[in-house]
Amino acid sequence: MSMIEFKQTTKRFGSHLVLHPLELAIGSGEVAVVVGPSGSGKSTMLRCINVLETISDGDLRVDNISVRGSSRDIRRIRLEAGMVFQQFNLFPHLTALENVMFGPIRARGRSRAEACEIAAALLEKVGLAERMSHYPSQLSGGQQQRVAIARALAVEPKLMLFDEPTSALDPELRQEVLKVMQTLAVEGMTMVVVTHEMSFARRVGSRLLFLDKGHLVHDGNPVELLSAPPSDRFRDFLQHVH
Amino acid sequence: MSAVCSALLPASATSPSNLIRPMNFDWTAATAALPDLLQGLELTIFIAVAGLIGGTVLGVLTAVALNYGGWLLQAPAQAYVALIRGTPIVVQVMFIYFALPIMLGIRLSATSAAIITLIVNSGAYTAEIVRGALDSVPAGLREAGLAMGLGFRKVLTYVIAPIAFRRALPAMGNQVVAVVKDTSIFLVIGVGELTRRGQEIMSQNFRAVEIWTAVALIYLILISMLTISLRFVERKSRLP
Ligand SMILES: Nc1ncnc2c1ncn2[C@@H]1O[C@H](COP(=O)(O)OP(=O)(O)O)[C@@H](O)[C@H]1O
Ligand SMILES: [Mg+2]
Repeated sequence: MSMIEFKQTTKRFGSHLVLHPLELAIGSGEVAVVVGPSGSGKSTMLRCINVLETISDGDLRVDNISVRGSSRDIRRIRLEAGMVFQQFNLFPHLTALENVMFGPIRARGRSRAEACEIAAALLEKVGLAERMSHYPSQLSGGQQQRVAIARALAVEPKLMLFDEPTSALDPELRQEVLKVMQTLAVEGMTMVVVTHEMSFARRVGSRLLFLDKGHLVHDGNPVELLSAPPSDRFRDFLQHVH
Repeated sequence: MSAVCSALLPASATSPSNLIRPMNFDWTAATAALPDLLQGLELTIFIAVAGLIGGTVLGVLTAVALNYGGWLLQAPAQAYVALIRGTPIVVQVMFIYFALPIMLGIRLSATSAAIITLIVNSGAYTAEIVRGALDSVPAGLREAGLAMGLGFRKVLTYVIAPIAFRRALPAMGNQVVAVVKDTSIFLVIGVGELTRRGQEIMSQNFRAVEIWTAVALIYLILISMLTISLRFVERKSRLP
C-alpha cells in the first residue's frame, strides 16, 4: 500500500496549469527528494498532499484517504502529514517548548503534562534541550528550523513534508538541519523533501523526482540520475544548482 | 472709536473699566465645584467603560466577519463600518436619541443612548483596527496551524488572535483614549457627564477660567493614568 498516491492529479491556478496530470505513488518508508527549477510546481505538489492547496482534477490519496474527502478527512490527512516550511513559521508568541507542545495539545488533545514530555524529548532529539524556553526570535535560523521539525513530529505524523527547509538558512547552518532530517530518514520516516541540496538527495534519498514546468520528467534512483543525467533539461538544471 | 462701532457694541463693553478688567481668579470656585465634577467623572467613566467593552466585542465580531465571513456577513459589516466612519458622532447620537425611538416606538434614556452610540461608534473603528491586525499576521502561521490538523477556528483562537492582539494594542490604546474624550459630546443630549457638569456649574457662577481649567485637568489626569496603564500592558505583552 502506498502512503501517497497521485492519480492523474492536476492543479490549476485560474487558467494556469501548474501540475500536469501526475501519476505517482510513494511508498511507506521512502524518502522522495523533489528537485526542479523555481516555479516548476514543487511547492504546489507538496501543498496538495496536505491540502493546503486543493487539487483541480484526478485524485490524490494519503494513507488511502482522499484529499477530496470531507473536512474531517482533510484533518485526518493533516494529522498524518507533518509539514516543514522554508520560512519555519514558528509561532512567535510561544517558546520553543510551547511551539512543540502546541500540536499535541491542540491537534491531538493531549494533556499539558503529556505534551511537555513529548516536546522535551523531541527538542532533545533535535539537539535543542538547552534552548527550550527561548522564543523563536532568540534562536538562529537553523535552530528555528529544528524546532519546526520537532513541532511537526510532535503531532506523531506518518509522513513528513519538507518544502526547501534549508533555503532560508546561511550555508553554515544547513548541515545541522540536514542531519536531523537524515536521522529521521534512517529511522524509517516516510518523507517528501523539496530541496536544492543534491548531496542530501544522493546520500539520503531513496528516490529522486525531477519536476519541470509542472511535468514529472524523471523519477528514479538518486545516485543513478545524478551520476548520469538522462536528459539535457536535467543536466542544465544540475549545472544551475551547483 | 467710530460711531459705527459704538452703535454695535453694548454700552458697558465700551466703558474703560470693563475693557481693562483686572483678572481676578477665585480658585475656591473650582474646589467648591469638585464634588459635582467628580460625580460627572463617575458617569464619564461608566459610559466610556460600557462603550469600550461593547465596542470591542462588536468590533472584533465585525472584523472577523469582514476577514473570514462569506459575503452574507461581509456586506452588512462593510456597510456598518462605512456608515459610522462616514458620519459625525454628534449626528449618530442625535439619531439614536431622537430618531430611533420614534422609528422603533421605544423610550431611551440619555445615558442609554450615549452608551449605545459609543458601542456602535467605537465598534466600527475597532473593527478597522482589528481587521488590520488580523491581516498583518503572516499567512505562513495560519498554514502552520492548519497543517497540524487544527480546524480554522482553533487556528484563529490560538495562533492568529494572540499575535493580532499584540499588533492591535497601540492602535487600541488610541481608541480607548478617543472614546473617553468622545463622552464629552453627550452634553448635547443632556447626559450629566463631566463636561456637562462643568457647563452647568459655569452657567451658575460664571467662573469660566476656574471651572474649565478644573474640567480640563480632570480629563488630563484620567487620560494620563490610562495611557500609563496601556503602556504597561503593551510592555508586558511585548515579545522578546
Ligand atoms: N496561489 C497561487 N496563485 C497563482 N499562482 C500560483 C500560486 N502559487 C503558485 N503559483 C504558480 O504556480 C507555479 C508553481 O509554483 P510553485 O509550486 O511555488 O513552484 P516551485 O515551488 O517549484 O518554485 C508558479 O508559476 C507560480 O507562479
Ligand atoms: Mg517552492
